[in-house]
Amino acid sequence: MTRSISLTINGTKRTDTVEPRLLLIHYLREVAGLTGPHIGCETSLCGACTVHVDGKAIKSCTMFAVQADGSKVLTIEGLASGDKLDPMQEAFWNEHGLQCGFCTPGMIMTAKQILERNPSPSDAEIREGFHGNICRCTGYQHIVNAVRSLAAKA
Amino acid sequence: MATTTTKTETLVGKRIRRREDPRLITGTATYVDDIQMPGLQHACIVRSPHGAAKIKSINIKPALEFPGVAAIFTGKDTEKVGPVPCGASLPGLRVPHHHILAIDRVYFVGHPVAVVVASDRYIARDAAEAIEVDYEPLPAVSDPEKALAPGAPAVHPEWPDNTAFNYHQDGGDIDKAFAEAEVIVKQRITSQRLIPAAMETRGVVAQWLAGDRALTLHTSTQVPHLVRTLVAQMLGLEENRLRVITPEVGGGFGSKLNVYAEEALMGFVAMKIGKPVKWIESRRENFTSTIHGRGHVDYYEVAAKKDGTLLGIKLKLIQDLGAYHQLLTPVIPTLSVLMMPGLYKCQNIRADIVGVFTNAVPTDAYRGAGRPEATHGIERMMDVLAAELKMDPVEIRKKNFIANDAFPFHTATGLMYDSGNYAAPLDKVLETVGYKKLREEQKQARADGRLMGIGLSTYGEICAIGPSPATPAGGWESATVKIEPSGKVTVMTGCSPHGQGEETTFAQIAGDELGVGIDDVLVVHGDTAIVQYGIGTFGSRGTAIGGTAMYFAIQELKEKIKKYGALLLDSDDVTFANGVCTDNKTGKSVPLAQIAAASYRAMKLPPNTEPGLVATYFWEPPNFTFPFGAHIVITEVDRETGDIAIKRYVAVDDCGNILNPLIVEGQVHGGVVQGLGQALWEQAVYDDSGQLITGEMMDYALPKASYIPWIETSHTITPSPVNPLGVKGVGEAGTIGCSPAMVNSVVDALSPLGVRHIDMPMTPEKIWNLIQAAGGRA
Repeated sequence: MTRSISLTINGTKRTDTVEPRLLLIHYLREVAGLTGPHIGCETSLCGACTVHVDGKAIKSCTMFAVQADGSKVLTIEGLASGDKLDPMQEAFWNEHGLQCGFCTPGMIMTAKQILERNPSPSDAEIREGFHGNICRCTGYQHIVNAVRSLAAKA
Repeated sequence: MATTTTKTETLVGKRIRRREDPRLITGTATYVDDIQMPGLQHACIVRSPHGAAKIKSINIKPALEFPGVAAIFTGKDTEKVGPVPCGASLPGLRVPHHHILAIDRVYFVGHPVAVVVASDRYIARDAAEAIEVDYEPLPAVSDPEKALAPGAPAVHPEWPDNTAFNYHQDGGDIDKAFAEAEVIVKQRITSQRLIPAAMETRGVVAQWLAGDRALTLHTSTQVPHLVRTLVAQMLGLEENRLRVITPEVGGGFGSKLNVYAEEALMGFVAMKIGKPVKWIESRRENFTSTIHGRGHVDYYEVAAKKDGTLLGIKLKLIQDLGAYHQLLTPVIPTLSVLMMPGLYKCQNIRADIVGVFTNAVPTDAYRGAGRPEATHGIERMMDVLAAELKMDPVEIRKKNFIANDAFPFHTATGLMYDSGNYAAPLDKVLETVGYKKLREEQKQARADGRLMGIGLSTYGEICAIGPSPATPAGGWESATVKIEPSGKVTVMTGCSPHGQGEETTFAQIAGDELGVGIDDVLVVHGDTAIVQYGIGTFGSRGTAIGGTAMYFAIQELKEKIKKYGALLLDSDDVTFANGVCTDNKTGKSVPLAQIAAASYRAMKLPPNTEPGLVATYFWEPPNFTFPFGAHIVITEVDRETGDIAIKRYVAVDDCGNILNPLIVEGQVHGGVVQGLGQALWEQAVYDDSGQLITGEMMDYALPKASYIPWIETSHTITPSPVNPLGVKGVGEAGTIGCSPAMVNSVVDALSPLGVRHIDMPMTPEKIWNLIQAAGGRA
């Protein structure tokens, strides 16, 4: 049993036939070939798989691909335009907001949403905004710095 | 800094953003699970749900019926594959035969029993569910102290006392020290089992090309060459037919400093089915089947004079090993013994380790590996002693510090500390927080009924692990430096990193040494077909040993560069600096790129000189390095809830010379937060049947951003004389310094209630119960 789904990923429309049980993260990684979002826990706790669906940051490991039918999906691969990085990517780079890099795509997608919802958050609000994203390397401080560096300009 | 160039703009010491980051922030890096191959099959491993059980039968037939299933293997199929290796050798060590798949008995929850291979990962999981394993559950024991009690279930029936080894070490005259003691304090201190939980779980892609007789393993590891040597042995494959590729590695923290059953198993599967196969560990598998860390129960006794002078330290250390020895399992507690005296000049020690088998996944190296346990012990005991003698924790530490003029210092445990100035970071943290005023504030807080705590640790650690005689698998490191015909520089390091930023720091060193820009240097690692044999990244050794190997390779190249430069300049007196070779007499110069081109073109060769500019250096360090520092934590405990608020966290670390302050800060932050995780939230819990209760992220409390205080970091700098870079290592410092400072702070907060010690993790429930036991709100 399969179903046809159509969605727009990083500005490009595509249609695929998928099993209804296929998770969005597996669809993105293995069907659409976008391996930026990662699988860290499969239980929506770690946030490594975070992507935007219709403008909202979601955990793509606990959403079925068929649920995203008709949606606009934005992944880490869709942020930079050519050589020009998204300001949040640049901020993570400047502030050393990553070490092993595995959680980073999810962190950056969540970071963007934190500022979209509140352009000048306090440090506590930034930290609270990352409640669904775990980083085991950085201790979070440089990630907070990255978001703060853009918040200050907001 | 030991760089010799005279460039005005040096790279070393600068806050340079990392060169590995562009691929990571754009989602274009390649981790193991990102690898695709034509015909790739997916493996799912069936694991024991029991802590201990006999396997009566396995029925794979229902699973074979799933369309897409390519093969299923059980322990009988893999019986001839060599055992999972233990690199440790201790006298009398009992080493259970560790098959890659269990055969007739399982010893821990997560023990692999069978592997299903299918065309799709969903099918592999469905089929794995359909395998019927008939278990006869057996009594299990997962608590190491219970395992030592008479009549406890035997983890391995052949060793009913559950004892894998006993280890004894004496230094100085401990009996005399205790006989002369004016005060003796005793305390049981635990360092609980922890789950390393790298964000990327383990994973392997194996490809067998039968025609070439070539096996390639892509595996998420800290030690690609060791995996190659040991997996080749396990599979009975010639080592030069196995290529190990370590793509991007999503964190290790020691958990990937190992050789695992699944690495050999995937090689076995690929060779059997003739198709490439991928296995990606699920998070639950990661929690049940990748090594855990810590697992100590320590009984300390400290003898001292009434003025606070330490006379002797005794330690009875019970190490929870789990069911098997992984690569370094039995070695880890011996590192704790080496570090027992901490920063103190005490010359009398006695340590007795008993290594205990339990029905649990093996323990092994986790960030700090033996040193956090030791530091936690001695730093807690210093506070216990200070409380007993009614001394200030600062005063008792300063009284016992090894003096600045005593280095190199021989410890009672057989180490030689390289360099130190232990009061410097302590004074700096005290000054930063205004210690005296803070103690006054605390008096007032106590008068107001508030539970305010001030906790210190002055820690030391053993880094740059390590000289080969002290390391199970060789402690040197290697580098090859190539100056290409264009003058661009390629560095191949045997020290494959996983987040430490070596592609940046190594390029900083090479750039300065060769007088080229950072973008002219490429650092390559993690492929045994490309990079010369190496050891790996662990034990805070990357820069101190791997960086030093590269430094020496460059020094060899410089000599060769000067020979070619002299030839081109027709001179016998040249210097090489800032990327140019200069004739000291005429002032004429020739740039590195021109020299490099000439060396490969080889129209003329200098006397006794080969063409090309390539040098390989294997560096054996003469000693470990010994970083140190001081951390202070100010807390307030909520009497009503037991909740701990961290008001301030200040860390002053001395890791020797600093190559890139941005990266060093990141290492300290990450280390501290793993220390906070242990001190406050994390604990791997097995129940009495050997079931892992904390088997998912839902149940195992990893630190989140909102739990974490602002961490104030700074440094003192005491260069190491062990290597020419003067660096010591910083990857584990934060973790080692943190947990005792944190516990000391909360014990200090609760000390008016008569609390003298708290075991980790200091959950609100535990703290609330302590407050209640002490009379609650009184």
